Amino acid sequence: MLDEPLDRPRPISVAQRVLAGLHLDGPLLMGLLTVSGLGMFVLYSAGAENMDLVLRQGARIGLAATGMLVVAQIPPKLLRIWAPWMFLVGVGLLVLVLVMGEIGKGAQRWLDIGIVRFQPSEIMKLAVPMMAAWYLHERPLPPTIREALLVIGLIALMPAALIAQQPDLGTALLIAASGILVVLLAGMSIRLILAFGALALAGAPLLWFNMHDYQRQRVLTFLNPESDPLGSGYHIIQSKIAIGSGGVFGKGWLNGTQAQLEFLPERSTDFIFAVIGEEFGLLGLATFLTLYVLIVVRGLYIASQAQDTFGRLLAGSVSLTFFVYVFVNTGMVTGLLPVVGVPLPLVSYGGTSMVTLMAGFGMLMSIHSHRKLVPQ
Amino acid sequence: MLLAPARLKDHWREQRLFLVRSTVGGSLMLVLTLMVVARLVDLQVLRYEHFSDLSRGNRVRIEALPPIRGLIYDRNGNLLAENLPSYQLELIPEAVSDLDGTLDRLMELGLVNQDDLARIRQDIRRQPRFRPTALRYRLSDEEVARFAVVRQHFPGVDVQARLIRNYPYGNAGVHALGYVGSVSQADLERLDPAQYSGTTHTGKIGVERAEEDALHGSVGYRQVLVNAEGRILQELDRTRPVPGQDVTLTLDLELQLAAESALAGRRGAIVAIDPSNGHVLALVSQPGYDPNLFAAGISPADYYALRDDRDTPLFNRALRGVYPPGSTIKPIVGLAGLQYGVITPWHRIYCIGHYSLPGSSHRYRDWKKEGHGPITLTDAIAQSCDVYFYDVAVKLGIDHLQDFLGHFGLGALTGIDIPSEKAGTLPSREWKRARFSRREDQVWYPGETVIAGIGQGYTETTPIQLANMTAIIAARGARYRPMLVASRTNPATGETEVLAPHALPPVTVSDPAFWNEIVDDMTDVVHGERGTARRIGLDAPYRIAGKTGTAQVFTIAQDEEYDAEEVDERLRHHALFIAFAPAEAPRIAVAVIVENGGSGSGTAAPVARLVLDNYLLRSVD
Repeated sequence: MLDEPLDRPRPISVAQRVLAGLHLDGPLLMGLLTVSGLGMFVLYSAGAENMDLVLRQGARIGLAATGMLVVAQIPPKLLRIWAPWMFLVGVGLLVLVLVMGEIGKGAQRWLDIGIVRFQPSEIMKLAVPMMAAWYLHERPLPPTIREALLVIGLIALMPAALIAQQPDLGTALLIAASGILVVLLAGMSIRLILAFGALALAGAPLLWFNMHDYQRQRVLTFLNPESDPLGSGYHIIQSKIAIGSGGVFGKGWLNGTQAQLEFLPERSTDFIFAVIGEEFGLLGLATFLTLYVLIVVRGLYIASQAQDTFGRLLAGSVSLTFFVYVFVNTGMVTGLLPVVGVPLPLVSYGGTSMVTLMAGFGMLMSIHSHRKLVPQ
Repeated sequence: MLLAPARLKDHWREQRLFLVRSTVGGSLMLVLTLMVVARLVDLQVLRYEHFSDLSRGNRVRIEALPPIRGLIYDRNGNLLAENLPSYQLELIPEAVSDLDGTLDRLMELGLVNQDDLARIRQDIRRQPRFRPTALRYRLSDEEVARFAVVRQHFPGVDVQARLIRNYPYGNAGVHALGYVGSVSQADLERLDPAQYSGTTHTGKIGVERAEEDALHGSVGYRQVLVNAEGRILQELDRTRPVPGQDVTLTLDLELQLAAESALAGRRGAIVAIDPSNGHVLALVSQPGYDPNLFAAGISPADYYALRDDRDTPLFNRALRGVYPPGSTIKPIVGLAGLQYGVITPWHRIYCIGHYSLPGSSHRYRDWKKEGHGPITLTDAIAQSCDVYFYDVAVKLGIDHLQDFLGHFGLGALTGIDIPSEKAGTLPSREWKRARFSRREDQVWYPGETVIAGIGQGYTETTPIQLANMTAIIAARGARYRPMLVASRTNPATGETEVLAPHALPPVTVSDPAFWNEIVDDMTDVVHGERGTARRIGLDAPYRIAGKTGTAQVFTIAQDEEYDAEEVDERLRHHALFIAFAPAEAPRIAVAVIVENGGSGSGTAAPVARLVLDNYLLRSVD
């Protein structure tokens, strides 16, 4: 039984070595690149075969991947130290945007800092789960009710409320979710979860009265899309027709009539899922959903392997938030959820969200690759 | 804080807690994903047919909104052409899968006529497949109801309310007014397809054609959402069409109707013109036809009946009928003689009943076999002596004669503002050279000059030209282009564009007294003791200047007699009469031609009298 020495290193390939050297996680990277690569094919069709659009998206993926690579090099410890500062700066910017919006009238999400225009809400997508994980990191878990409420109220809902004022309901909900997920993963008591559920139900009317008209309209339309087939219901009806008419196998790439004939609105951004459904059918959509699930599963695995609370909670939250993105978008496009402006991650044509998303996965990779070898 | 019970971090417990929570999260994720998949199965598998149908039929269609066609009025505001709402059964070929079956079933229901099938199929072939094709015009309420019951079984077929052109006076003035008909392939080559994308009918002839641009207006559009069956679900957007302009004609409906009834049962034409401005007051070509037939979609049977009618009702005799003017041109031949100094009012010749050129034995006969004896210009016009004008023509020579007659617009388009006019012929040496190819035919023979003096031979004129010539005489040389369209009105703003009379260079003579001479001589035709049309002058309460004419339909051999009783009705002479009145201050000039009417004095002159009476003796209220 002494054929093999016990201390013999497990054989690793060159690729694995390179990835390890770059602090990247192979399976996660593969999943992300596969989805965004397939997404570019879909985008070519959805964007009326505009190669320019695809190239810009490709450049964006490249930029995002670079961002991910950079973030992956940052040790989790540094991320943890930066978390409160990032959070404070993010909240400050949100307030600034709101004040400027007050002056400029109407929706104001962008901050122009001379060279780049960006949405402070993008910072918050990372800063909120980081802050929540930071807060709970030193504390014994499960968190007390007070701690849980503090995280939910101050770290998750407060910035979300600021973003909802912009108004950007979709992003606000996602950011709140990313913070709450941290507490849930940290072991918030079931009783508290149930209490919150009840509170949310009771608070729904309150939310309703604080909504903008167009937001209410969206909810109403969601409940009965046929009531306004050419106004707010148009998106949902057209999207359902596109998906439904795709059948199991789809109409084929570039052959989706709904998409190509421009019946489907926002087909290269929020509603690109419907284009996939129309042109690649149920099989295409199932493929994408499977890839998304695999990415999240890998993320959760990385979280479970994390060596400290911060890394574990952050990785778990980032992974599950990613799924919330996917679910909200696909639910909206298939008519399961109201239309909230949430893009399909990695596939929808769009700006900063891609970079933020990949930076989040960069943090996962950092957490995974900066583990110290601990004897079993 | 320090007093609180110490809570220590238990890494192993925390890790296990996280594992449980993340497993729950992961499971929840799978449940939600399966929810989405279930939804997808619902949409893409269970309801695939439904959405597939929707995606095929779900079209936002741009529909053209045809403008409302302008109305046409006579000079006194009588409505000559209007638009009436009417239900019609329409089919959109694109939306019908089984065309034959659909038509068969509609025929069984009595909603489509067997006779119309050929036309319907032709229309469907000719038009773009998304364009509705009319299956049946003018549905009754009962038929509309009958279709409403079975409507859902006929995808792509629907009842539409459309405005169709209606001519309330039917035949009246049809050759001036014209008509609208279905837009044909040929029309589409001429018209702006975008402007006509919703228009089913367009002016084919007459004022309807000439004023098409003004009458049509400009097209509007609406965006509609249509379902798989081609039925409109909802209107998304609308750009209103601009209605066409209303057109007011110079035509006087009352006079038109009087002229038509005066010529009723005959073949012929009447044109009446206001000499002071060229306004066409009446334009008759008999027989006429009902333009409503065309507006409502004429059946092939009806069309062939009209086309093949021996009396050619579709033929516009007033503008396109070319007839030898006969003696009606004698007044201006005489005027030419005075102008060129070959005769004077006192000049007298001796008419022996025939005329021969020097050195020739060929006899050019006078209508009066025994001759008129010694005769002056006045008597020559009043009695229509042929020999006198043979002599004048020969003395003038064909060049001078042709040139002078040309000033009166003979043998040339008058330029009336509706299409399809014919020019006729005013022969000259050049004309003959161009007309014939054989060298011997190209030569102008002196004998041709002789008969040109009495409006026979090659000379061919249209009724509108004769009326125009008469108007020029009445106005003593002042010349206007005949016009039918007096004004155009924007129905929305009431803004009216009045079309000014189009004056042409006047006919001038060296001595204005020549005009008086000719007018007096023409007055003698009606009011003189021996005037050829004295019968219509007997009880006339105003003075009429006129001239009879008779045009040979076929040439009588040298020694043959023309006997009206014996020759076939269709071979009888055409009867002509031109007149204007009151002679001293003319308000109306008229030309009448009655085909195979026999003689101008007997047939055409009484018709002209009825026309003049209607216009001049009308009670003004």
